[in-house]
Amino acid sequence: MELIWNSLPRLFDGALLTIEITAVSVALGLLAAVPLALLRLSHNPFLRLPVYAYIFYFRGTPFIVQLFLIYYGSGQFRDTLESAGLWIFFREAYFCAILALTLNTAAYTAEIFRGAIQGVPFGEIEAARACGMSRGLLYRRIILPKALRLALPAYSNEVVFLLQTTSIVSIIALLDLTGVARVIIARSFEPYKLFLAAAVIYLVMTYGVLYVFKKVEFWLSGHLRERPDDSVKAVVVR
Amino acid sequence: MFDLKGYGWMLWDGVQLTIAVAICAMVVALLLGLIGAWGKLSTSRATRLAAETYTTVIRGVPELILILLVYYGVPTLIQDVAETMGFDIFIDFNSFIAGVLTIGFVYGAFATEVFRGAYQAVPRGQIEAAYAIGMSRILMARRILLPQMWRFALPGLGNVWMVLIKATALISIIQLPELMRNTDIAARAVRQPFTFFFAASLIYLAITVVSMLAQQRGEAWANRGVRRS
Repeated sequence: MELIWNSLPRLFDGALLTIEITAVSVALGLLAAVPLALLRLSHNPFLRLPVYAYIFYFRGTPFIVQLFLIYYGSGQFRDTLESAGLWIFFREAYFCAILALTLNTAAYTAEIFRGAIQGVPFGEIEAARACGMSRGLLYRRIILPKALRLALPAYSNEVVFLLQTTSIVSIIALLDLTGVARVIIARSFEPYKLFLAAAVIYLVMTYGVLYVFKKVEFWLSGHLRERPDDSVKAVVVR
Repeated sequence: MFDLKGYGWMLWDGVQLTIAVAICAMVVALLLGLIGAWGKLSTSRATRLAAETYTTVIRGVPELILILLVYYGVPTLIQDVAETMGFDIFIDFNSFIAGVLTIGFVYGAFATEVFRGAYQAVPRGQIEAAYAIGMSRILMARRILLPQMWRFALPGLGNVWMVLIKATALISIIQLPELMRNTDIAARAVRQPFTFFFAASLIYLAITVVSMLAQQRGEAWANRGVRRS
């Protein structure tokens, strides 16, 4: 017990790195996913097929292979990367971890958004066209807001999975929560206590993320709820 | 296409072990899934709580932590307990068994949700009808419930299988010579990490594609008696 107590500050430092890596990859992945989803739905096969191949590859292979491919695999092209001035990035485990996580989550998120965009009721799109909206305005005002709301439950799942996936970056010697736990264990030989402590911290972080998403979902669904001060309650017809 | 410098056999050995681990873990997951779903639908509050805790904890903890916890933690825990009772023993966990149990345990939680959904998708009236004509609970489960649950569960179970097979790559961390571990060894020996990891990723991709095709055929077979518009 004392060991866990003394290790807590370091475990929290690790947890902070876990949160940082997750937040950065989620933000970058989200930025990439919206255009990728739109390209994936494009009618032009030269735009659609490469994006389809990318999504298929990253969803169909284990994350650890993707991470090793970027972190260790880049070493095979060291000369090329050095002459392009990119080696300073690829030699850093942190950069490789962020890159791998971003590419991974962007693929999953793009697929979630594709489903959500296709789930927007066609009547709404037709109505917007009938009002004379241009394509850009149609996407900005009707399709994307609706799709983002439809995607939220699946997206919150993806963020939770990404948070858990970040534990794998400890294998390339990053000191995230798992990494810190492994370092302390290597010195103290007390595996189950520290892994259990780390597991509890992951558990708290996961349900923290889910709680935030629940709040956001509630906040975005205001128009679907009854008004609290309605004197006449809606009649539910079964 | 790939020059694997004579290390191709290592990848082939690894693939076989990966598939063996995945199949064993899937069997564990299916069993735990059935038990978990039974627990979640049970009328006993304690059973429900146990099943609920199981899926809640698994959802919140990374697989890697659980694999390390089982492989390194459990033997030490048993040794510590034995020591307090006055025994001095040494336990070494087999990484195959540790991997199969952990992955099976994790995906058992996902299978629990799939089976629970499948149970709830079976029309209530049919179950009542089975009891009304005097079927016992077991006969009802065997003749009415399970044949239909199977059909509703198949898409979800296919999903679990495809995530599970990718998760087996994590067992390489506890030195089980499956595809990922063998690729790592070969890549270091030849000093061509990109070539080898890319080859490994394509093998995983091929397993996924074959699984998807098998799932489509399985679903078509399971739905052969269903009328469609």
